[in-house]
Amino acid sequence: MNKKTKLSQLTIKEAKEGLRDKMFSSVELTQSCLEQIKKHNSSLNAFITITEKEALESAAKADKLISEKSDLPLLGIPIALKDLFSTKGIRTTAASNILKDYIPQYDATVVSKLKDAGVVIIGKTNLDAWAHGSSGENSDFGPTMNPWNIERVPGGSSSGSAVSVASDMCLAATGTDTGGSIRLPASFNNVVGLKPTYGRVSRYGVIAMASSVDSIGHFTKTVEDCATFFNVTKGKDTFDATTLPDVKENFDDALNKNVSGIKIGIPKEFVSTELEPEIKVKFEEAIKVFENLGAEISEISLPHTKYGIAAYYIIQPSEVSSNLGRYDGIRYGSARQNFGDEAKRRIMLGTFTLSSGYYDAYYKKAMKVRTLIKEDFDYAFEKIDAIISPVSPTFPWKLGEKTNDPLGMYLSDVLAVTVNIAGIPSLSVPAGFSKNNLPFGIQIMGKQLSENMLFRIGNAFEKETNFYKQKPNL
Amino acid sequence: MKIDVPHVAKLANLRLNEKETIKFEKQLSEILNYVDKLKEVDTTNIETTSQVTGLENILRKDEVKPSLSQSEALSNTKSQHNGFFKVKAVLGQ
Repeated sequence: MNKKTKLSQLTIKEAKEGLRDKMFSSVELTQSCLEQIKKHNSSLNAFITITEKEALESAAKADKLISEKSDLPLLGIPIALKDLFSTKGIRTTAASNILKDYIPQYDATVVSKLKDAGVVIIGKTNLDAWAHGSSGENSDFGPTMNPWNIERVPGGSSSGSAVSVASDMCLAATGTDTGGSIRLPASFNNVVGLKPTYGRVSRYGVIAMASSVDSIGHFTKTVEDCATFFNVTKGKDTFDATTLPDVKENFDDALNKNVSGIKIGIPKEFVSTELEPEIKVKFEEAIKVFENLGAEISEISLPHTKYGIAAYYIIQPSEVSSNLGRYDGIRYGSARQNFGDEAKRRIMLGTFTLSSGYYDAYYKKAMKVRTLIKEDFDYAFEKIDAIISPVSPTFPWKLGEKTNDPLGMYLSDVLAVTVNIAGIPSLSVPAGFSKNNLPFGIQIMGKQLSENMLFRIGNAFEKETNFYKQKPNL
Repeated sequence: MKIDVPHVAKLANLRLNEKETIKFEKQLSEILNYVDKLKEVDTTNIETTSQVTGLENILRKDEVKPSLSQSEALSNTKSQHNGFFKVKAVLGQ
C-alpha cells in the first residue's frame, strides 16, 4: 500500500487486508472517511444524515472482533446507506419532507445482514425523493453534485450513494434500481454498480417505489468488492415473498476466469438510439477491449427496446401510486400536501392508468409489452452469454438542464429500463472519460441469476483498463 | 390524450392549486402522448407478465412471531389516544 494513499481511498479488499494485518484500525479507517465527508459534503451534498457517533462505536467494536480473529466478510468496513433503507433508531427520510422526522422501529433485511457481516454504517445518503428521478435533483434536501464537475448532475436516483463512493467518503454504499437508479449514477461517477436479478436481494424494509421492478443493489470501487458485498446481501428472505431460492455460485472462481471465448452481444437497437457522438466512440473502444481479451462479439437484436420507456412509465407510476397511497400522515410521516412535484406527477399518472376505463388500455397493455421485452432477452440469451451497452446515451448533464422537462428526464433512462422490465441483472462498470473528463460507463447484462458471469466479464474488463483508479479532483 | 387533472387528483387524495393543475395538465398529457406509442405493438394473444421470475404461491406457516410492541408501533404518530392511533371520523351521521 502506498503511504500517501488516504485510508478512505482503499477498496474493501485492500482495507480487509490492512485491518487483518493491523496496519490500521477500523476506527482510523472510519475517521478517514468521516474526514472526507467533513471536507466535501458541504459542496457535494451526498449525505442527509451522518452517523458519526454510532459509526465510531461500531468501528471500535469491529476492532475488538478483529483482535479476536473474527473473519466476518465486511468487518470494520465503513459503508453508507441510501436513505430509502430503514434503519432502526436512525432517521430514514426517502429524501422527502413527508418522512423528514420518521424514525423506523426496525432494520431492513439488507441492513440487518450488513450489520451481521460487521459493517460500520457511516450515514444515510441523499437521493431523488422516493427514488423518483434520474439526476439527483428531486431531493427535498437539495440536489447532490457530481464530484467530477460540481456543475453537473451525479445521476439518480441513488445520487448520494454513488457520489459518496466516488469521493471516498465510504468504501461501498447501498442503492436501489427500479429503472436505472444504480447504473446511471454509477456510470456518471466512475464507480461500479450492480442491479441484481429481481428478487435476489430482499426488498423488506426498503421504502417501496414500484414493487414488481424494484431491485436492491450497491456501489463499490471494484467488481471484486461488488461480488463480496453481494455475497452478504443476497438470499431468500421470509419477509419478502418475491426473493428467489439460493443458488450455488462461486464468485472467487468467476473472478479468476478470463473472457476468452465468451459470447457478448451488442444490441443494434441500443446503438441506433441517439447516442452522444463521444459516447459512441467510447463504447467502440470498450468493445475493442473485449475483442482483445478474446471475447466473441456479435450484433444482436432486441426489437422491443424502443417501447421500453413507454411500458416503464405506465408500469412504474401505477405501482408508485399504489405504494404511496399509504402515506396518509396518520401512523407516521406528514400529510400528502408535502409530496414534491415529481411524486405528485407519478401518483397522478399511475392513478390515471389504473383508473376505471383506462386500466386495459394502459396498465394491461404495458404488462403485455413487458412479456415481449422479456422474450427479446430470453431469445438473445439462447445464443450469447451477455449483452453490453452504454448505460446512458449522454454524459452527465448540467444541473437544472432537464428539471422543467419531465419527459426529457425520463428518456435519459432509455438504455436502462428494459433490464428492469425483464428482471435481469446488469453490472455498470467504469469505461473511460470524455475529453472534458466526465465519466463514461458500460453495462453488462445477463440472463436471470447470471451475476456470476457479469462479475467475470466486468472483472476482466476492469483488470485490463483500471479506470476505477482515477479519482475526481476534489 | 387529455387528462382530467382535478378528477385524478381527487382520486389520489392530492390537493392542487390552480397553477399546479395547469402545469400538471400540460406535463401529464405530454407523457401520455408519449406512452401512446405502445398502441403500435401487436399484443394479440400475448399474456401479461406481473411476476417476472415466475414464482407462484409462496406461502409460509401461519405462526405468531415476536413483533413491534404497542408503544413502538405508535412511536412515529403525532396523533394518539389511550394507546391507539387517533383518526378523524370515517363515517358520517
